[in-house]
Amino acid sequence: MTAELVRGQNHPLPGTRLEIRVSAGIPVVAAVTLADEQGRAVAAPGEAPEGAWLAHPGSPQLSGVEVPRQAAAEHRVAVDLGTMPQPVHRVHVLLALPPGRGPADFGAAPAPHLTVTRPDGTGIASYTITGLTSETALIALEVYRRQGAWRVRAVGQGYAGGLAALLLDQAVLEAPEVAARIHEAVTRAQPRSIPVPPSAGPADSRATQGEVATDGSASAAPTDSRPRRGASGGTVPAAADAEGTVPGVPGASSAAASTFSGGPGDAPPGGSPAQSGSASPGASRAASGGTVPGTGPSGAAAPGATPSGGIDYRHPRRRTVPAQGAAVPAGPADGGAEAPAGSSGGAPSGGGDAAPGGGPVAGDAAGWTMEERLHNQIWGMFEDLARSVAAYRSAEDFAQSRYEQELDRLLADPRTRGGPAAEAAREQAMAKQVALVDQARAVLDRDLAQLVAEAEVVEPALPPAFAGWENPSWHAYRVPQEPPLAVRLGSLSLPEAPELRIPLLVRLPLERGLWVDAGEDRRGALDTAVAVAARLLASYPAGGLTVHVLDPAGTGATAFAPLYAAGALVQPQPTPGPAGVGEVLQRLTERVDLVQMALRGGAADALPPGFDAAEQLLVVHEFPFGFDDRAVNQLRYLADEGHTVGVHVLLVADREDAAEYGPLLSPLWRATLRLTPLPSDHLADPWVGHAWTYEPPLVPPGSTILPQVLRHLAASPPATHGQ
Amino acid sequence: MTKGQKISLSKSDGGALSAVRMGLGWQAAPRRGLFGSRTREIDLDASAVLFADKQPVDVVFFRHLTSDDGSVRHTGDNLVGGAGQGGDDESILVDLQRVPVHVDQIVFTVNSFTGQTFAEVQNAFCRLVDETNGQELARYTLTGGGPYTAQIMAKVQRGASGWSMTAIGTPANGRTFQDLIPAILPVL
Repeated sequence: MTAELVRGQNHPLPGTRLEIRVSAGIPVVAAVTLADEQGRAVAAPGEAPEGAWLAHPGSPQLSGVEVPRQAAAEHRVAVDLGTMPQPVHRVHVLLALPPGRGPADFGAAPAPHLTVTRPDGTGIASYTITGLTSETALIALEVYRRQGAWRVRAVGQGYAGGLAALLLDQAVLEAPEVAARIHEAVTRAQPRSIPVPPSAGPADSRATQGEVATDGSASAAPTDSRPRRGASGGTVPAAADAEGTVPGVPGASSAAASTFSGGPGDAPPGGSPAQSGSASPGASRAASGGTVPGTGPSGAAAPGATPSGGIDYRHPRRRTVPAQGAAVPAGPADGGAEAPAGSSGGAPSGGGDAAPGGGPVAGDAAGWTMEERLHNQIWGMFEDLARSVAAYRSAEDFAQSRYEQELDRLLADPRTRGGPAAEAAREQAMAKQVALVDQARAVLDRDLAQLVAEAEVVEPALPPAFAGWENPSWHAYRVPQEPPLAVRLGSLSLPEAPELRIPLLVRLPLERGLWVDAGEDRRGALDTAVAVAARLLASYPAGGLTVHVLDPAGTGATAFAPLYAAGALVQPQPTPGPAGVGEVLQRLTERVDLVQMALRGGAADALPPGFDAAEQLLVVHEFPFGFDDRAVNQLRYLADEGHTVGVHVLLVADREDAAEYGPLLSPLWRATLRLTPLPSDHLADPWVGHAWTYEPPLVPPGSTILPQVLRHLAASPPATHGQ
Repeated sequence: MTKGQKISLSKSDGGALSAVRMGLGWQAAPRRGLFGSRTREIDLDASAVLFADKQPVDVVFFRHLTSDDGSVRHTGDNLVGGAGQGGDDESILVDLQRVPVHVDQIVFTVNSFTGQTFAEVQNAFCRLVDETNGQELARYTLTGGGPYTAQIMAKVQRGASGWSMTAIGTPANGRTFQDLIPAILPVL
């Protein structure tokens, strides 16, 4: 089965002989560079500078790799990693637009699609490079050596400055000259190359670049699914290697029960107007639900990024209720609030079957507030996608196993083993298999189309806590009065539907520690941790979450800077080194102890005056550096016990670094929710246990939304705690 | 409906059936004597086994309440029965449109988990209902069904023109559906 990679994801390679197939839709130049461990070009002494490490149309052959001599829409690059010189640790596959022909940049071209295959053509991994704009050259894939084994990584790093900028980034001294030589070689070979297909004018194509990219990936999908069908061999990604299960499952049938059992902010079940009106948390929850639909449209419209203006943010059967609900904040305590609060609770279950239109609507799920409905809808989509894909995979598996059984039967009988009859029987078995898989695919496509349409209306309607950083609702961010139901810690997708990203919503307060795995990408792990910490900060009311950062070596100072820059959101750094670590851990351990004691004794109000009632988040960078045995034990205590009394742990760590502790720390890793800075398929869903590809909630490059939100948060006065 | 009778599940107006429900009901065991709480409870279980080309591929029963694809759902185990007067104590809902394409037969079974035979259970019945309009498609009375602890009740199967249902009603013995697989295979 061909793995569908997303940007940054990597995949093991089964052998050293590979073929890399490029399908770009327009003529492109393919080149390959060889680099050492540090990513610097490897040049043998005495050779021409680009002779030994760069295979390009002017000099297409290197040991172990050969590239085509001309620009073309389709390329096949054969690679033999076994014959690469020893210093070579990274092989980059580059694509560039030939100058003076075709589209001006990749933004105006179809999304390039690459497939890494075995020499016999069976797919290993494929990657569609989407989201390109003004780039004219890009690093498409990286094949690299890690601990003796070769892996491929989807890079998709583009350069607006073209090949010269790309080569310069690879530490090539004469980059412009080399780039010029490549282009010259391409121009020489041009007469033989494929003519340019007609393309839209640059101005026009720039405007529709989003559509071009999606069209490209959509058209790539069917061609890609062919090898997957033929070569599947009945393998489904083993869920056995999945390391965690997504926590907090409101299953469709149990949704009401599990959501109502949550925090104090939930409305009481029952639903008589008197009840929900008199319980003040319930009423305020209903009120905030009423305001969400109001702020949604303005937030979405502000940057003008939403593709269509026709999105309806309201519940289909609640056309008039938001207006009433929005009036609730005016007098949440008095009797006048009872009627709207009650009616907003009762409306979804009540009649009004005549839902206008047939399309999906945001918030089309059970719940007392818009937020809760969106939360339940997202979990419903998550389950539906898991189950639809399970149906497809089981049908595909069954088709394959039946095909193999039929072949076995044919072979077992000497009368049917050979001859034209056997050939016909084999073809018939094959046709049966293909027909069943096609049928299953059609059903899956039907389900996916439905879910994609739903995602398209749900995603823009999400409140900030549920939305990605790129969502316009963050520009309309306002400090919440109370924490949301859940917070988005990334998104999940399956290889059958890489374009469908399900938000990973985790209930607040967190019930597990978080561990950002720094094994593959330390800097990325830090950025992920900062993005997650910022998200949590922004989800709590001002002053509702106190963040402590432990960075004993000080190596994360630049990454943590945005958290400090905004103002007094984060506790000042303790003394560097083990002393500071011990001090912070001691303080938090005592706190957990104290609060637990108070709760056990039923004397929660007997805590010392001036006690900080905010929840605490401890961010640990480079664990276990600076930790002694005592500190490690304290951290384990905090991870195990802290969440019950509002002390949460966010570790940025590489398991290898803590290897000296052996299996002692395994329970700590297992008890935490593992987040990865690069996409990786390690999370299992709670229903059928697919391995989902997790993507971290990173801020889009160039966006200033994170500091903007944090500044806004720091400037707002802290909410008053206590009664 | 009688044994072996086959009815098409496409509606008279031409639309195909989209959802069926299997319901199972029985009366709780009567309490007798001084230590009433010691009376053994009766636990009947409804199960649905999904077959593809005569191979079982998935099963929905009290330990696995939803098929992996989400098309067949058990509403939950009832350990003591009780409704008895026509209400269902356990239900299995099948969304026929979402059943995976390779699944061509779904067999419904009833087992006595606590071991009482149908001769000992009072007011026990099982039935198949068209979930879209509540119309009963088939009904069996299990009480008095002889010294058996299980019954293979009915199957719905996929044909060229949609789903159809066949009543089976074969008695068998077994505690859970696993014991019934040998008895199911001949009726596929």
